[in-house]
This record gives sequence, C-alpha cells and structure tokens, in this order.
Amino acid sequence: MQRIYLTFVVLFLFIAGVSAQTNNKLVAASFARGKTVYLQRCMVCHQADGGGVPKLNAPLDASTAVNGSDVAKLIKYIVKGFADRVEIDGELYSNVMPAAADLKDEQIADVLTFIRSHWSNKAGPVTKLQVKQTRSKLK
Amino acid sequence: MKKVTQFLVFSSLFISMLLAHVSLSAQNIKPDADNAGLTLPKGFAALKVADNLGRTRHIVVNKQGAIYAKLERLDNGKGVLVLKDTDGDGRAETKTSFGNYIGTGIAIKGNYLYAASNKEVFKYALNDNGDVVDENAAATIVTGLIDKGQHNSKSITLDNAGNIYVNVGAPSNSCQEKDRTKGSMGMMPCPILDSAGGIWQFKVDQLNQSYASGVRYATGLRNVVGLDWNNQLNQLFVTQHGRDMLNNLFPDLYDTTTSAELPSETMYAIKKGDNAGWPYVYYDHIKGKKMMAPEYGGDGVKTVDDKYINPAMAFPAHMAPNGLLFYTGNQFPARYKNGAFIAFHGSWNRSPLPQEGYYVVFVPYENGKPTGKWEVFADGFSGKSVVKNPRDAQHRPCGLAEGPDGSLYISDDVKGTIYRIMYQK
Repeated sequence: MQRIYLTFVVLFLFIAGVSAQTNNKLVAASFARGKTVYLQRCMVCHQADGGGVPKLNAPLDASTAVNGSDVAKLIKYIVKGFADRVEIDGELYSNVMPAAADLKDEQIADVLTFIRSHWSNKAGPVTKLQVKQTRSKLK
Repeated sequence: MKKVTQFLVFSSLFISMLLAHVSLSAQNIKPDADNAGLTLPKGFAALKVADNLGRTRHIVVNKQGAIYAKLERLDNGKGVLVLKDTDGDGRAETKTSFGNYIGTGIAIKGNYLYAASNKEVFKYALNDNGDVVDENAAATIVTGLIDKGQHNSKSITLDNAGNIYVNVGAPSNSCQEKDRTKGSMGMMPCPILDSAGGIWQFKVDQLNQSYASGVRYATGLRNVVGLDWNNQLNQLFVTQHGRDMLNNLFPDLYDTTTSAELPSETMYAIKKGDNAGWPYVYYDHIKGKKMMAPEYGGDGVKTVDDKYINPAMAFPAHMAPNGLLFYTGNQFPARYKNGAFIAFHGSWNRSPLPQEGYYVVFVPYENGKPTGKWEVFADGFSGKSVVKNPRDAQHRPCGLAEGPDGSLYISDDVKGTIYRIMYQK
C-alpha cells in the first residue's frame, strides 16, 4: 500500500514538474513574441527601457498599474486606447495612448507578458484566454 | 578742509560707481569650476545661477538682472519665480514666487511682465526697479485658449506695435481621425486649425481677448514652443516641433531609420497670413522639400511645391526646439550679434536609434538671413555622452533669455537649473 502511495506521489511530482517546465517554456515563448510586438508598436513612446518619456508618455517599468492584478484594465488600454488626463503614479502625461485594436488576442497576451516581467517588473504572465474574455466584454 | 572733504566725497562716489559697474560685469563674475557641467566654445564660461527650482520652462531677465521663470508645476502653490542676485556674484540669493497657475510663456516688454498659463495670458505692471507692482493684480488679456493636454503649452513674444503673439499647439500629432493610431487617415480639411496649430495675435492693452477678438496670424504650425520677435528685422520667428511616428503609423512607407531622421524640426520667418502646411505636409531637410504627409496621400516621395512657406532653417528630426532667442547683446563676440540661439529639449522619437538634441545651438545670421549652418553652442545638459532613453537626461534645456549685460541664460525643466553663459576671453 505504502509503495503504491509512494508511486503516486512520485508520479504526481513528475507530472507537476513536466507541466511547470512546459508552462515555463510557453511563457518564455510568449515573452519572446511579446518583445517583437513591443518593439514594433510600443517602444517608440514607452522607450527601450520601458521608462516612457517624462510628462509625455507614461512609464511601464515599475508602474503600479502594469504590475497590478487588474489585468483587464491593461487589456482595455491596448484595445481601446487611453486619452484621459489622469495622474499615473503622481505624474500627468499629455500624449494619448492610441488603440491597437488590430492586435490579435495572442499578441496582446504576449506583449503584456513581456511588459509585466521585463525591466524591473515581476508580475505574472497574461493568457490568450484572459484577453479573449476581457475583449468580448468590451465590444 | 572743504576741498579735502569734496575730494573724499567725489573719490568715494567714483569708487562706488566703479564697484557697481564691476559687480554687473560678466568679466568679473567667477564661473563654476566645471562650467556648470557644460561644454562651450573657447572663451565662454558658465555658472549655475540657481538649482532645484522645479520645472522651469521659459525665462526672462529684467533690466536690473532679476530673473522671472515660469513653472510647469506649482511650487508651494505658485507658478512664477523671481530670482535675484543681491551680492553681485552671479548666483541668485533670493527666491520669491507668485501667480497660482502653471504654464510656459513669460516675457517683458516696456514696463510690463507677461506670463501665460496653458489657456490664458496675464499682464503685470513693473515698477522702476523691475519688480511686479502688485502680484495679485494680474490683468487677463487673453483667455479661453485650447488646452487638451497634448501640446498645450503657450509661448509668448511681443512686437513693438502693441501686439502679443501666442502659440496654440495642435492637440494632435498629424490630424488623423484617430490620433496616433496606425493607418488612420487625416481629416480633410483639418478642423483643428480653426482654434489651434498656429500663432494668434492679440492686443496688449485689451482685456479678455480670445479667438473671436484675436487674429490667426499664421497657421499650419503643429506645435511651436520657441518663438521670438526679431527686432532687427521687425519680424516674428518660430520653431516648430515636427510630427512624430512616421514608421509606427505607416510602416509600409517608412522604415525605423527614416522615421528617426524625419521630418525636420523647422524654424520659420513668419509674415501675417502665412501657412506652414501642417498637417498636410512635413519638411524633409535631406531632400530640401516639403513632402505630402502619409495621412493625406503621401508616400515618402510625393512633394508639395506651392501653397506653403519654406522654413528659414531646418534641423534633424525630433530634437524639440523649445526656446528661441535672437542675441542682441555686445558681450559675446560680434558674430553672435543678431544670430539665433535655439534650446533643443531633446528627442524621444528616435528609438531604436540614440536620442538627439539636449543642447543649445547657435544659428549664425548674415544680412538678416541665416547662413544655413548651425553649430552646437552649449552641450552636456544631459550628463550623458549618449542619451538612449529620455528619462536618463539629468537636465534638458528649455528656455532662453538675455541679461542686461549680454549674458545668455538657459533654463532646465527637469531639475530646475538656471545657467548663465558669459564670454570671458
């Protein structure tokens, strides 16, 4: 009995390990694709270091919102753009954020995964499913 | 005895006059050992007049040498700073402030100080000492100008005929139906030009003027931040920030390098009624042509030869000319007289290439026209040999002013440093 139990435990750990590894690989691939999207669509304003441009374009590096748990809000900014004059971490930014509604669900998930875990950011990845669900509510 | 007293009185008077003269002369003001961190042409020296003032935008110096600086963020609830050097060492010892509004533009003409918020222009009377008579008695001469965040700073200059010129920047990059959105086309005609994207002229002696009572003096100017009245030519000159993001908005027509190098930043000599062509065209200094904007059918090749004025000078893209000053002093060598200084705030729109600007340039003039050449006059504001990301720049030049002794003053709107440049041979 004890043997069977042990086998199950080993098997479970093995599967968990493999799926974690698979998951890590998937996240790494998403991050890499996200970087490409970032360079083409985001970098000009938010800059290579994610620091934005003082007073014009908000920083993504070390941003409270970017690192926060409200992923739906981030998805909305990308799909719908953002033109409100609000303080972000105590600063006003005067340029509009254009909508990038032409990006596919997967591309949005990828670029958010990249942004949320690059530079000094350490937030979790975003999945295609999260984007799809949030997006369907936006329409 | 009487003669001796007379002699003593006269000689002490003479000495005190001499001392007064000495204390005002840049020759005797000790520059900072490191020239305030700046690199300057041979014979020039610099010092920091004041530091950590906040977001000092444009500046002006009165006849007595006091500096007025306009703040883009309030300091203890005030938006205009007054800095005075009370002991003649060139550094400001006292700082006072007034005016409960943020903004950029500030100017002195005759016995009046003019300061701009992002919507209005205010006028204050100055006394014989160059001080504001009553800081709470601002006359609102212009009101109701557009402020939608983007390009909302108002710069001002005055002519010698009782007029003030105010820039109203376009709250848009290129008048697309959807601003800064990939593939979105330009509105035709661009409706923004009715109330922005140009220079408006108002009377200095009338209150509460706005679009209806002002004159749209020039149009087709996306966002002018530097402007100055050239008294030698009796003409308005402006520096425009050119459009952004050719590659991001039209990736099939422009690659990232082209987008980093184009369009030109431009300086225009303005006559009443001029149209510089924004948003329909942009200037390409490499081709020396006005190009049709991609939002309006352009492809990077099609030129527009008529309709719009040509720039007096063109500079590399995105460097952000925030301050313009025609030098009229006698302190600097003769070649600088009646030439133009331009403060380039520095680019953000050139990545992945390194950023450019973050310095003050000099544009020599001959016979009332720029020679076509320009040179970096003061560099080193950013504290970096190369600025890759704008947030790395420690200082960014913004405003320019000339002191009564011909010294050049430069403001920085990152840390709020005021620099004074002197020629000391």
